[in-house]
Amino acid sequence: MHRFAKPSVFLKLASAVMPWAIGITVLTLAVGLYLALVVSPADYQQGDTVRIMYIHVPAAWMGLFCYVGMAICGAMSLIWKHPLADIAARATAPIGATFTALCLITGSLWGEPMWGTWWVWDARLTSMLILLFLYLGYMALVNAFDDPERGSKAGSALALVGVINVPIVKFSVDWWNTLHQPASVARMGGPSIDPSMLWPLFLIAVGFTGYYVIVLILRVRLELNERRIRALQLSGIGEDSPGNAQPAYNPEQAGAGK
Amino acid sequence: MTDFFEMGGYAGYVWSSYGLATIALLVLLMVSLRGLTKSRRDLAHLETLLKSRRPRRKKAPVRQP
Repeated sequence: MHRFAKPSVFLKLASAVMPWAIGITVLTLAVGLYLALVVSPADYQQGDTVRIMYIHVPAAWMGLFCYVGMAICGAMSLIWKHPLADIAARATAPIGATFTALCLITGSLWGEPMWGTWWVWDARLTSMLILLFLYLGYMALVNAFDDPERGSKAGSALALVGVINVPIVKFSVDWWNTLHQPASVARMGGPSIDPSMLWPLFLIAVGFTGYYVIVLILRVRLELNERRIRALQLSGIGEDSPGNAQPAYNPEQAGAGK
Repeated sequence: MTDFFEMGGYAGYVWSSYGLATIALLVLLMVSLRGLTKSRRDLAHLETLLKSRRPRRKKAPVRQP
């Protein structure tokens, strides 16, 4: 029963956090979008395309942040076999993948008018694409086994190996020659962009983080329910109801072909 | 007002970025919510089955009035 102790603590905490997360997300996204689309000035070189930055950059941050979170949860599930860590990692993957895909798409939409190309195979763009494939690979791998525990072991190993890609994404603009501009916010000596552009950037980043918390809680609840359903089905409950039936494993039948 | 929607001639790029982001985040939210609702329904169904079975499994009632 100790396995359920921690999830119950999580569920209690999640119910307390949820209204705050919704409030913060709606508020910061509303103000952030208003600042991004209306108040902030157009760039003197890039014109109004600079407004794509307010989606593109927070989405990139979230893509990396979710990946690190997923890898930490993967490590915890490998080391301590904590079921909630595995569930949190599984719940994080689709959210991180969505943000990473958004970063790549908005980057393309920004690159076409400003660089004259939708895509270049440089280090920043390629490493970001690899990040997306790591997410997709993780999601495919954890669901590829009949035994969920084997799936999470394989997935956690992949997530941990893939962490090497995170600093490559971050520093790719410094290490290799690229069309992509260097860091202007998280850099030594403080941000180099104007507060009128920094504020919407941070507000939308906070809003995206709030969104992550909301969807994470929903998906962890979903995953907890599904595990309970699987446990009940394995114990034979519901085998007589159509649709929920799982064929019982019969060792004699399985070995009959030999 | 039209200036706002024209985005300095980059309307297609700017609005599709914001539009796609909105759609993608809403779709993920809806999918997660619907999955959660379905799992709750399935779980409730299984738990009523579990309850209806329990007395049969134990067979001998503990207390007889």
